[in-house]
Amino acid sequence: MNELIVKNGIVFDPLNGIDGEALDICIKDGKVVESVASSAEVIDASGMIVMPGGVDIHSHIAGSKVNAGRILRPEDHVKDVESHTPITRAGTGHSIPSTFTTGYRYAKLGYTTVFEPATPLLKTRHTHEELDDTPIVDKGCFPLFGNDWHTMEYLKQDRIEECAAYIAWMLRATKGYAVKIVNPGGVEAWRWGRSLIGLEDPVPNFDITPRQILRGLCKANQLLNLPHTIHVHTNDLAQIGNYETTIKTMEAVRDLANDTKPVIHVTHVQFTGRTGSAWHNVGSGAPEIADYVNKHGHVTVDLGQIIFMDTTTMTADGGFQYMLYQLTKNKWMNADVEVETGAGVVPYTYRRSNYVNAIQWGIGLELALLIRDPWRVFMTTDHPNGGDFTKYPKIISWLMSKKARERSMKKINKTAKRKLDLPGLDREYSFSEIAIVTRAGTAKALGLDQKGHLGVGADADLAVYNIDPRKIDSSNDYIKVRRALKKAAFTIKDGKTVVKDGEIVATPLGRTFWVNSTMSDSITHDVESDLRKTFDDYYTVQMDNYAMDDRELARSHRIDIKARV
Amino acid sequence: MKLISGRSLGQARGKVSGKFSEDYFRNAAVCELDPEDLKVLGISPNENVKITTDTGSVVVRAATASQRVQRGVAFMPYGPWANAVLSSETYGTGMPSFKGVEAEITPAHTEKILNLRSLIEQITKSQR
Amino acid sequence: MTDTIVRNVVCTFCGATCDDLEVTVENGKVRQVRSGCSTSLNKFLNYNRERHLTPLIRKNGEYEEATYEEAVRRSAEILAKARYPILYGWSSTSCEAIRVGVELTEWVGGVMDNTTTVCHGPTMLGVHDIGEVSSSLGEVRQRADLVIYWGSNPVHSHPHHVTRYTAMSKGRFHDGRKGRTLIVVDVRKTDTAKLADHFIQIAPNSDYELLCALRVAARGDELEQEEIAGVSAEKIEELADLMVSCEFGVIFFGVGLTMSLGRHRNIDAALSLVRDLNSRTKFLIMPMRGWYNVDGADQVLAWTTGYPYAVDLSHGYPRYNPGDTTVIDILQRGDCDAALVVASDPISNFPLETAKRLAQIPVITIDPHPSATSIVSEIAFPSTIVGIETGGVIYRMDGVALMLKPVVPPPPGIRSDVEVLSDILAQVKKLKGS
Repeated sequence: MNELIVKNGIVFDPLNGIDGEALDICIKDGKVVESVASSAEVIDASGMIVMPGGVDIHSHIAGSKVNAGRILRPEDHVKDVESHTPITRAGTGHSIPSTFTTGYRYAKLGYTTVFEPATPLLKTRHTHEELDDTPIVDKGCFPLFGNDWHTMEYLKQDRIEECAAYIAWMLRATKGYAVKIVNPGGVEAWRWGRSLIGLEDPVPNFDITPRQILRGLCKANQLLNLPHTIHVHTNDLAQIGNYETTIKTMEAVRDLANDTKPVIHVTHVQFTGRTGSAWHNVGSGAPEIADYVNKHGHVTVDLGQIIFMDTTTMTADGGFQYMLYQLTKNKWMNADVEVETGAGVVPYTYRRSNYVNAIQWGIGLELALLIRDPWRVFMTTDHPNGGDFTKYPKIISWLMSKKARERSMKKINKTAKRKLDLPGLDREYSFSEIAIVTRAGTAKALGLDQKGHLGVGADADLAVYNIDPRKIDSSNDYIKVRRALKKAAFTIKDGKTVVKDGEIVATPLGRTFWVNSTMSDSITHDVESDLRKTFDDYYTVQMDNYAMDDRELARSHRIDIKARV
Repeated sequence: MKLISGRSLGQARGKVSGKFSEDYFRNAAVCELDPEDLKVLGISPNENVKITTDTGSVVVRAATASQRVQRGVAFMPYGPWANAVLSSETYGTGMPSFKGVEAEITPAHTEKILNLRSLIEQITKSQR
Repeated sequence: MTDTIVRNVVCTFCGATCDDLEVTVENGKVRQVRSGCSTSLNKFLNYNRERHLTPLIRKNGEYEEATYEEAVRRSAEILAKARYPILYGWSSTSCEAIRVGVELTEWVGGVMDNTTTVCHGPTMLGVHDIGEVSSSLGEVRQRADLVIYWGSNPVHSHPHHVTRYTAMSKGRFHDGRKGRTLIVVDVRKTDTAKLADHFIQIAPNSDYELLCALRVAARGDELEQEEIAGVSAEKIEELADLMVSCEFGVIFFGVGLTMSLGRHRNIDAALSLVRDLNSRTKFLIMPMRGWYNVDGADQVLAWTTGYPYAVDLSHGYPRYNPGDTTVIDILQRGDCDAALVVASDPISNFPLETAKRLAQIPVITIDPHPSATSIVSEIAFPSTIVGIETGGVIYRMDGVALMLKPVVPPPPGIRSDVEVLSDILAQVKKLKGS
């Protein structure tokens, strides 16, 4: 295959300790190599930043709730269209782009790997169909646990090993990558139209608490040796003041960490980072959360930063979405899934003049600036909940430039501005830190050894941005930074150039990563027998029709792991 | 009379047996009415009747509704016989008028029911 | 002569897509089917009765057998040259085929529409405005103590719906019929109504009024009229009471709502009623999708273009405007100049005037069986039967994706919808100078 050399770029490769050095990156057969022949194709990256391709750890891009959102909102697509060309498919945006458009837009930003973070087990075949129609990027998905009857029954009886074997079976059946937990226990309550508060409320009919579910799943995850930690959307999203639940959730599994590796990832922390007892006195819980994260290495988080725009909220947290409908009276989709989980979609507009929205905006940025270790805080918008992913360059400029933040802060609700700590925070991210929070750190947290870096053996996924860090001041020239990051000069995927100067030039299909964790035969066999007994009672689909064959994936990339038991 | 069309088991079964089958013909070329309405119109079950609407007319077999319709309502199973008299008016919604079309129903003892091929010929012969 | 029993076969007729069929196969032929309803039995036993086996092209007013290659070439020419072609059907084939269909529609700059347009299109329109409070079917089986069928007659349209998923199904919290209340609202006393605890006979074309009256009553307000939609105020208040005081209710609605006067406004009212009820109790609503993959056709179109049906790609990008880009309206206006019909029979299924318009333009049909549409087509391709001879992904009426597996081999030389469409697409790309 092709040999390629990306010459003389200013390379940021934090996983390999490279911080803005002029280096050549050699690529052969889709991997980074030591050297290539002189006949290799040359990309001249002089005066440009070279980073590993972006790795998005949490973005709702595919599956039943995403599609429900598309159908709910034809008005979202009408003004944002993509035309068919000989090499690209037609599509639409804006907050819920169609699948081809999603792949192209990520590639243009220099992203090469994206994970759909919440898919119902029963409907993950649908997620994979959509991912297979999402070009260029490598991808994977996180199936949902924690509100499913099997998990709750096993954990109630403290049968952690069986629970782990069940999860392994489900990850194989759904071709999933990690254990996603959304409002543990709370969504089963919502399936009766009820809700739980805090971590100690027992789930109706199951008599198990969110705390027990979290701990049990954390242990099961460890037993399975999965590459990513449990990925948690905490309880109490619908509560006004909810930062304490976030900290309690992190604390709930602290004793389960037995080395320096994290054991829990708490997602879109901004949404569960509020203080206050009523909407008019909401404040930022970011300082408290950041303090906890700084002191405890067992936690990683991602921001869920909001952007002031008309967007669409969508989560498995059905009860929260109902609350949002009641608050806004916007149209509302709800899609509970038998045995397992829920989903809801509600359009929402974040406004600068809105007190709460301004606080929310502040919370995300405060978290990023107050959490000191960039390897444990990642940049996301929880697309599209906080805003769509094409706005990432804007967020990057806020992280890198106090001036950019001040400019945006001029127009936000003044009472909110006075209440936030954000105006007084001076920290500015470096390009290296940006590389960590958008690719190196996320790849590491996901356990993807060949992503997020440019060492020999890495997948040759690169982003080249037309901006010279030696010639600009990222603090002052934030608009230049934004522009450069919006349209990659080159995006390279598996050694193939897919974007040139912000335009798509090739559309290969990426791989779907999924995990096959094998436990001992006896326990695997026992759990399968258990499932045979309950499946017909619980589900409306036959067990033999439930599991996906890996030939169903257009490009399956299985990761084999040996569990601890 | 108000004409509505809809699914019937017999029509579905006939359909999967083949559009040109006797089973389909028997189950789709039929119009069900309340027995009182049949009396008033002077029609016996299994006799041929003519259904006429603004769209056109079609001859089918009359039957007593096994699933009670209200007085003044006639039911025909989905298919080309019903469609021969149903309206294409969508009122700008995309959906034509499969249910609730004004129809006149008259006895048609001497007229024959067209089979599917003949119905199709009617469709293709028309000029714009 | 060995019999093979193929278990857990997915039935490919209605939107209930029961997946527990047992098909006995002998020498490559289906001999017996267990667990399915009478319609599925008939489909599996009779699928080969009327079959065309070679491509046909109309030449000089007569049908002639043609080679596959010639049929592909002529089809590609017709579609590539057309100014505004429509590509219609899709609900009775696999998602793999539909996905090729979208790409083909892009390349020929046409309109892709599916049978939703004459079925639950108005439901889509209602959902765009209100949203939809729903779930997968198993939630109903496990939890529902109140089941309402409105303008839907599942005994005829989805024969196993009631026993598999609703009032007679066995759930964790409700065992069969006990403890569940079944209500039917319809203009006729249907066979489903005969199973119900309460039957409400509504005057034709007045669903909107009754739904609004229920919203008023469910809110606790008094109805000012004595009778609405042919139903007494007392009965309406009684029904509202049942809805409000249940633990978990669900309305299944059919084309009785989408096709009668008011169309999407009826759906709007039903969706709003259910949404209102959620402030009092848990309540859901579900459209009774008619075909085994009509939901799949909508899903595929939505994820590839953003819109579920009636997608116009003639400008190169997706445009959506039901009433304008819907197939019935396009044909009525006489705008389209060619059509590709896949796994559907619009000449039978469309009202007369629209069927006439369709018959006047060149039509290409891809269908396993001869149909009214195939016999008026310029070109008719035979194809394999999805779910019996060919596998593929389909979506149940509640959006659960299932994988179909072939049960018997197809007749020799017959290609699948995916293959035929892919070959036409490849030829179109050549013609368009790719």
